[in-house]
Amino acid sequence: MEFFERFAVPNPNPAIYASMVAIVVVSLAIIIGLTYFKKWGYLWREWLTTVDHKKIGMMYLISALLMLFRGGVDALMLRAQLSMPDNKLLDPQHYNEVFSTHGIVMIIFMAMPFIFAFMNLIVPLQIGARDVAFPRLNAISFWLFAAGAMLFNISFVIGGSPDAGWTSYFPLAGTEFSESVGTNYYMIAIQISGIGSLMTGINMITTILKMRAPGMTLMKMPMFTWASFMACVIIIFAFPVLTIALLMGTTDRLFATNFFTTTNGGMDMLWANFFWVWGHPEVYILILPAFGIYSEVISTFSGRNLYGYKSMVGSMVIISLLSFLVWTHHFFTMGQGALTNSIFSISTMAIAVPTGVKIFNWLLTMWKGKIRFTVPMLYSVGFIPLFTIGGVTGVMLAMSAADYQYHNTMFLVAHFHNTIIPGVVFAMLAGLTYYWPKMFGFMLNERIGKWGFWFLSIGFVLAFFPMYITGLNGQARRMYTYSEATGFGPLNFVAFIGAGLMAIAFCLIVYNIFYSIKHSPRNVGDDPWNARSLEWATHNPVPEYNFARTPHVASSEAFWDAKKHGHELFKGEIEEIHMPNYSGVPFIMGVIFFICGFSFVFSLWIPAIVSLIGIFACMVLRSFEKDDGRLISVEEIKATESKFESAEEIKTAVSTYGGANS
Amino acid sequence: MKIDHTQPLEYSTQQNQLNIFGFWIFLGAEIMLFATLFTAYFIMENRTGNGPTGPEIFEIGPVLFETFILLTSSFTIGLAVHAMRIGRKKAMLAFLGVTLLLGVAFLSAEINEFVHYYHVGATYQTSGFTAALLTTLGTHGGHVTLGFFWGVCILIQVMKDGINARTANKSFIFSLYWHFLDVVWIFIFSFIYLKGLM
Ligand code: HEM
Ligand SMILES: [Cu+2]
Repeated sequence: MEFFERFAVPNPNPAIYASMVAIVVVSLAIIIGLTYFKKWGYLWREWLTTVDHKKIGMMYLISALLMLFRGGVDALMLRAQLSMPDNKLLDPQHYNEVFSTHGIVMIIFMAMPFIFAFMNLIVPLQIGARDVAFPRLNAISFWLFAAGAMLFNISFVIGGSPDAGWTSYFPLAGTEFSESVGTNYYMIAIQISGIGSLMTGINMITTILKMRAPGMTLMKMPMFTWASFMACVIIIFAFPVLTIALLMGTTDRLFATNFFTTTNGGMDMLWANFFWVWGHPEVYILILPAFGIYSEVISTFSGRNLYGYKSMVGSMVIISLLSFLVWTHHFFTMGQGALTNSIFSISTMAIAVPTGVKIFNWLLTMWKGKIRFTVPMLYSVGFIPLFTIGGVTGVMLAMSAADYQYHNTMFLVAHFHNTIIPGVVFAMLAGLTYYWPKMFGFMLNERIGKWGFWFLSIGFVLAFFPMYITGLNGQARRMYTYSEATGFGPLNFVAFIGAGLMAIAFCLIVYNIFYSIKHSPRNVGDDPWNARSLEWATHNPVPEYNFARTPHVASSEAFWDAKKHGHELFKGEIEEIHMPNYSGVPFIMGVIFFICGFSFVFSLWIPAIVSLIGIFACMVLRSFEKDDGRLISVEEIKATESKFESAEEIKTAVSTYGGANS
Repeated sequence: MKIDHTQPLEYSTQQNQLNIFGFWIFLGAEIMLFATLFTAYFIMENRTGNGPTGPEIFEIGPVLFETFILLTSSFTIGLAVHAMRIGRKKAMLAFLGVTLLLGVAFLSAEINEFVHYYHVGATYQTSGFTAALLTTLGTHGGHVTLGFFWGVCILIQVMKDGINARTANKSFIFSLYWHFLDVVWIFIFSFIYLKGLM
């Protein structure tokens, strides 16, 4: 029995028991459902073993949406607890656990897979490639992410959640003050998915630099590809720092080393520095691809090419450089001297300049354009003013002297949500709607989508703007309650209502998916949005080989040129296409990594070592494997292509859809 | 697989070129990894708590031995790639084998070193300094260990299949990795040992 006691939750409450039951029920339902409908084989053949960048992208997308709900439920609990003074819904310990998991789930397991989803889905299409450079590695990246996410998500029912904040500062996160295995989960789950992210970074950089279509020079790449490229460059430089920081945190907790302790020469501030040397670039890893999506959407729905292409690229390069030079702004109050603080103040404020350049470029793209207010465009238009407010409050926080007032208050919380939600989440939803037909061949319903947008935007303003005020009045972040006398009550209640509206918005968005699966007309054709860049030059949904013939490109808007200026995209005859083979090994490696991580969390050394050997065995197997992929014959390609062409004819006969083609 | 005969064998297919390029990017990430470790080490260098300091535990003899061995192995892997390029399978296998043996010699010396540290009271748990030192050395040593097994896999494949586009590509990438570990060691040697001994 003693052995099993370690798996018990240290601070149980009815909600956690209820979740345990729910998890068991849902898992059983999935297993029974798959068996009943005889879908195991399909699942394995088509999804678990896939190396196709499009399918991997879709799996990232589904995971991101699931995690959005997990993190969203956490958020609702937090806001509900704060909705009234002296509320007793959550006790302090649970409040700690909930805000910690909320932060990590949202950043690492929601936002990251969301951007990886679009990188996977869109980048190879935008550059006219067959797949990414290393399809097998790509699958491994995904399964490592999935293993990390699963590991993190079981923490609250097995052994206890992390409770030291998403920043996990030491010494609080050390064994002395965080006794439960929660923080072990933090260290190891993020480590596993972080390795996956690094691999994706390498993969995408190689893909973008080496596999572009003929004629596509660097300065003719579509903007989303540029943005993804810069984000991946940041990944290469930032993630190894996190790897080491997490490694040290893990050994501190599991082997009692003294990296971040306060005795025997340990140095707690080393963690804070390493964390933010990764952490600040991380927020730009998220925001740059989001900027990329906005660029695509805004130019498509303004009917104009992107204004200031070169300055867009230049500003992203500068942002990427600066993002590594600002990290101490996260701890101005933690004891560096005035000189250091001043330097970092200035470098932080400097980031606002290239960001401002981008904002003006988007505005000028819309200037005199024929704007179509589709759902993706609504998100993009909403993003501009809201994100600007987030940037402005960022500059306020960047003034180190003033930050002594703002730091660790709700003002900071309002700031970063103000950048991440209109910045990243809006972009992901815009991308989801915009690229939905690319993935599935039908559109999401515009009307429900617009309802979703308005609920989300209004909810967002109601949820976060009050926090600026209560923050300035001194409401501390990460505090589970406040007294009546502070007067924070009414504004926090407003914030609760806002959170509720946002929850409704997310439900609407998912409802829209189910609704559209049922009711949307199929055969929307290859160009439902009247788009501009190369990803739209192939069919919807995209055939597995992407392009039947390799496209030839002469500008960043190759597809527009082909439509309007008679540019010849596809030259020559169809040839047979080389494709990589599917493989079950990445999935199996993910499973072993999960077991390995779990064993480390609980210091179960024998399974830990066995699973490590398993991982190496997979690598050795891979080394000896001779897999040259397979060829798709010309006949097969022609057959697939003609299917799409006949569908295209039906579509032009039936008329278009939802005003999108006006 | 289209093979382009104007290129050296290891670059001769498109996938081969991608592999080499991707590996360079990976090495970029590795540089960041070790840079972080070095940063931690420099910060922790004098934070020895109640434990011993660097000069008290470093011994120049074994370190010189390790350095010599690893530098030699970098030379032999270079020879192996050269032999591969001129198509001399036996010579290539011999040099690769010597490289791996030198790797083992390096590792045993390093393990010896760790045992020595343990005996003089510089364990993993002793202080911030020992933690940073052993993690930096250990990460490098771990890379060498991995490299050893990787090298064995390649050795077997060259033995079985001879020198072809696939094995040449693997061997070349392996040589990049091995040289990289050597460069890292030079930094360890200069900035950890020599600096600590001065
Ligand atoms: C004009 C651009 C920006 C400036 C000047 C800026 C400035 C700052 C400063 C000074 C802080 C620390 C405040 C404190 O702890 O007291 C901060 C926190 C934060 N920022 Fe920004 N920021 C900017 C843009 C962004 C963007 C684009 C994102 C995300 C996509 C972001 C995400 C965050 C996060 C997550 C935190 C809080 C982390 C925490 O302590 O938990 N910021 N920002
Ligand atoms: Cu920052």
